[in-house]
This record gives sequence, C-alpha cells and structure tokens, in this order.
Amino acid sequence: MAPDTSALEALHLTKIYKRGAEEILAVDDVSLTVRKGEFVSFVGPSGSGKTTLINILGCLDNATSGSLKIGGETVFAENKYLSESDLTKIRRQVFGYIFQKFYLVPTLTVYENVILPFAFFKKAEANADPMEILRFLGIDKRTSHRPSELSGGEMQRVAIARALVNKPEILLADEPTGNLDTKRCEEIGQVLRSLNEKEGLTVLLVTHNPALAKVAGRTITLRDGKIAQPA
Amino acid sequence: MAKKINIYQVAYKNLLRKKTRTALTILGIGLSAWVLISLLGFNRGYESALNKDIDNMGFQVLVTAKGCPYEAATLMLKGGTGLRYMKESILADILKHKEVERLTPQLMAAIFDPNKGESGRINAYLGVDPVTFPAMKSYLKFKQGGWFTDPTALEAVVGYEAAELEQREVGDKMLIPEKNIEFKVVGILARSGTADDGTIFMPLKTVQKIFDKEGLITAAGIKVNKDANMNELENKLYDLPDVQVVSMAQVKNTIMSLVSTAKVMVFSIALIAILIAMLGVINTILMSVLERYQEIGIIKSMGAMPWDVFRMIWTETVILCLLGGVIGIGIAFALSKITDILIRRLLPYAPTGSLISIDSQLGLITLGVVLGIGLLSGIYPAWRAARVRPLESIRSEGD
Ligand SMILES: Nc1ncnc2c1ncn2[C@@H]1O[C@H](COP(=O)(O)OP(=O)(O)O)[C@@H](O)[C@H]1O
Ligand SMILES: [Mg+2]
Repeated sequence: MAPDTSALEALHLTKIYKRGAEEILAVDDVSLTVRKGEFVSFVGPSGSGKTTLINILGCLDNATSGSLKIGGETVFAENKYLSESDLTKIRRQVFGYIFQKFYLVPTLTVYENVILPFAFFKKAEANADPMEILRFLGIDKRTSHRPSELSGGEMQRVAIARALVNKPEILLADEPTGNLDTKRCEEIGQVLRSLNEKEGLTVLLVTHNPALAKVAGRTITLRDGKIAQPA
Repeated sequence: MAKKINIYQVAYKNLLRKKTRTALTILGIGLSAWVLISLLGFNRGYESALNKDIDNMGFQVLVTAKGCPYEAATLMLKGGTGLRYMKESILADILKHKEVERLTPQLMAAIFDPNKGESGRINAYLGVDPVTFPAMKSYLKFKQGGWFTDPTALEAVVGYEAAELEQREVGDKMLIPEKNIEFKVVGILARSGTADDGTIFMPLKTVQKIFDKEGLITAAGIKVNKDANMNELENKLYDLPDVQVVSMAQVKNTIMSLVSTAKVMVFSIALIAILIAMLGVINTILMSVLERYQEIGIIKSMGAMPWDVFRMIWTETVILCLLGGVIGIGIAFALSKITDILIRRLLPYAPTGSLISIDSQLGLITLGVVLGIGLLSGIYPAWRAARVRPLESIRSEGD
C-alpha cells in the first residue's frame, strides 16, 4: 500500500493499564490500516478496548508498545514516545475529536465555541470558513445562542463543527450519539456519512449502536482488546 | 460574521460564569487594595502633616525650668502640679544668641476646679506676651473676637475646644476657681488641631499677678533663624543655669517613634488583608479550574499548549485583581476623609493636616502591587490547569 493513501497505520499496538498490582491488557496486539477517506466504525462490548484504541490512534494517549504512522510519518515506534507538546501539534493539525459529552463552553456563543480552536491555533484561522461548516450542519441560524439554549442534537452538531473548523484530516468520534435519542442518532450518522462522502474526511467512529455502525464502510469488532475476526 | 476569539476573551467570559463568586473575590481584592493605598498614603502624609504642625507651633525650641512639664497634656497628667519657674531676666540672656530670631515668654498656671465634670477638672491657663506671642503664632485664626485689649487686662482668648467645652462666647465672663477672679472672654480661636485648641490664653502680666508669680515664667519659645545651627544653639542654652531645652525636632522624633508602633500594627493589618485576598483569589481560580477540568481537557485536545492554558487561567486571575485594584483605589480616593478619621483613632498623636496623601503615583504603585498579587496567586491554579491531560478529563466521564 502506497504511503500517501494511508491515513493511519498501526502495528502491534498494545496498551497495558496498571491498577496497583493488577495489570489490565486493554488493547492486545492490534494492527490495522485506515486509508485516506475511509469511514471505519469500531464496535464491541463495553470494556473491549474501543476507547483506549482510538485514543491511541488519535494521539490522545501513548501505547505501551507497537508503532503508529500517521500520513506515512512515524508518530511512535518501539521505545519512541512523543512528548505532550509533540502530541498536541499532531492533534491540532491532523485530528478533530467528538465525544459522548459535548464539552461546549457555556459562557461562549455557538459561534465562539466553534472558533475556539483558533484561540490556541491561529494558523488554522486563515483558510477556515466556520459559517460554511455551520451551514453544512444546519446550525447556521443559531450562531449567537448559548449552548444551554440548544437541544442535545444541536449541541453535538456544534461540537462537530468545532472539531471540523481546523480542517482536520481525520475525525475521531467516540460514542457521539450516546446521549441522543434514535432520531438524532440517525441524523448524526447522516452528517458523518456526508462529511465522509462529500468532503473526503477520514472518520473513525466508536459506537454501541449497530445501526449507526452500518453507516461506515468498514466495521471492526473488538473483543477483549483484540480485533475479532469476522465470523 | 468575521468575529475572532482569543485566550483573553475566553478568560474574561469564564469569570462571568459564577458572577457572585467573581464579585466577592473582586470585592476582597478591592478591600485590600483600599487598605494598602491608604496605608501608603498615610506613610507619606503623616510625616509631612507633622512637619507642618511643628512649623505651625511658631517656635522650634522651648526653654523651660529643669523638670517643668512643657505642654498642657503632661501638666494634666501630673495633676496640675510640678511646675517650675525661671526668672524673666533669662529672656535677655537668651536673646543675646545670634541664632535667636524671636522670643516669647509664657507662664503656665493650673488650678483644680471641683465644680467641673463629675469629679472636678484641672483648668490650665497660659500667660502669653500680647505682642510677641501673636506675632510668632501668626497662623492662629479667630472664630470670634481678637487678642487682648491691654497687657494687664483681665481678659482671655479661648481655644476652640475649651470654648466649646465651657460653652463660652465672646463677652462671657469666666471665673478662676479658688482665686474668685472673673475675667472676660475677648476672643475665641478657630480650630487648629493643636494643643492650642484646649488652652485658655491670658496676658502674661495678668497671670503673673493672679497666681503671685510676678517676674516669673515657665517657658520661653524661641523662633530660630533660618540657617542657624540648632545643635550649637541648644548647647549654648544649656549653659544657662537650671534649664531644659526642648527642641521640636526632638518632639517630632518622640512622636514618630510612638507612631511607628502604630505603623507596624497598621502594616500588619495590610499584610493580613493582602494574604486573605490572595487566598481568596487562589481559592476562586482553583475552584473554577477544577470545575472546568473536562473543558480544559477538550481545549487541550483542540491543540492548546500547556502555556496557552496557563496564560488563560493567569489572565483570569489578573483580571480579577486589576478590577479589584481599580475599585479599591477608587474607594480609597473617594473615602480618604473617612479613612483619615479611622486612622486618627489609632494614633497616639495625630497632626492637623490631612494624614493621608494619595495621588495617582500611589495609585499606580498599588495597582502594581495588586497585579503582583494576581500574578503570584495565579501561578498554582494556572499550573494545575496547564497540566490537565486531555485524556484524563475525557476519562473522568466514566463510561
Ligand atoms: N485509565 C484507565 N486505567 C485503568 N484501566 C482502564 C483505564 N481506561 C480503561 N481501562 C480499562 O481498559 C479496558 C478497556 O476500556 P475502554 O477502552 O474504555 O473500553 P470501551 O471503550 O470499549 O468500553 C477496560 O477493562 C477498562 O476498565
Ligand atoms: Mg468507550
């Protein structure tokens, strides 16, 4: 596979948590490649290591062992770890994150929340178009509202807009619909799908919801920290 | 909408989240800024007020008989006894010295009046020379009337407070107890804030006669030539038999050392106020950091560097402190009169002029101190926030 078409390349990723004397093998020898523009969903029972895995893939965490390349460049390999500030730089250039909780800043308006990343990463501001993203997500009429005035589905859209404003290459979504009802859940699924199809965004989605997982082009099932082979 | 956002805006808006908490913290800072600037102003104002007062006494050196109390307050403490006398002829000896510009003789007399107050009171009379005394004390202003009509008249000029205490007006008669002598009030002085306020002045000759002290005085006030050497004059005066020389510089030193005790106390209060305000700021900011733990984590996942987060929290602290500082300094300017009164109560001796001299320079210094407090107390909370790892905060949602 040519390096310029792979978004992520993980080899033998392992993550061990130590809780006192106890060791928890949360991610167990996971190797996987995600192509640019691919939409991959991760499913599996609670505690199977989905969150741990995509946090490592998203440079929010270091693995205990294994290696990771992003866009063909080695982020870490055996015994080479990144400093917090190196991780930060990759995070802001490559990734956008959304989570189950929306973590909007209550004192800022919708628009201010969306452009908040520019407060810390000025460079991205020049060729960004926050209004277009807001229009795309159907929340362009609510720019001056406070988060508390929005519905859950709208809040998650604001969080998505905030994750996209840096023009990331990869969007990581960890249970983004965990707090939403079925209808909103479907809507968010459609939003992610069209971002992937129309904008060519690489999407990694963790979900409990099999219906939502189907939106993705590829589904990876985790069990006890390992990728389960399709039956 | 081409709106932009920066760290400082975010910091400012964070403070609006818990308005009451923010307001209380600002108030705390404001109070300590107020205390601080008032004290700095006091530190500066007191000495200059004292100097002015001493200049106002009209004389810089007082010569008295050895062991004689030299001001009314001490006399009162001694129950009106202990007066010592010098011969009037000493005046000529004093005048011989070239350092002496002017000289005024005084005779203090005290008498117990059993009919005053609950258990009687001592009345003090000060015999002064009708020519040289008013000339030396040219700053004395009359509220009513004027000086004596004749060097031997049975007349008195009454200090502001003495007149108020006795409820006297010009033209009233007053009685000297025991002596059964009546005198007439011819003048009432305006308030000067000095010992003169409580004094009853009579012509020197009159007091000498009433109290059988002809040819005697208790003190001589000397106004010294501008460029005279005070030490030299003091030494020369000590050559006179049985005198003590009190220079106002000495008096000032005594007062300043008394005041310095009060100053230490007052500065301790200021220090405590500052410490309390600092703890308040640290507490407020730390609480708001802990409350926003997850939010800060997300901000870091957006690409904020530790230093960005540090600056954001630091800015919040500095905004709090500067706002409080401005308010406190504003209050200090507005209430300097009241502060003056409060401080007067704490002091063993307070000069007449305004004790507190606050100006824009002191305002800036205070603002600088408050800013320093802000920067200092912001360090720990900001460091805590800067250290937040995005992962921890997301984890703490506990899914
Ligand atoms: N910070 C942590 N410390 C210790 N154990 C952890 C930590 N985070 C997750 N784990 C453990 O790792 C395993 C995988 O968790 P996680 O990745 O959250 O699974 P999932 O997202 O699929 O529910 C679980 O057994 C969990 O208890
Ligand atoms: Mg999870």
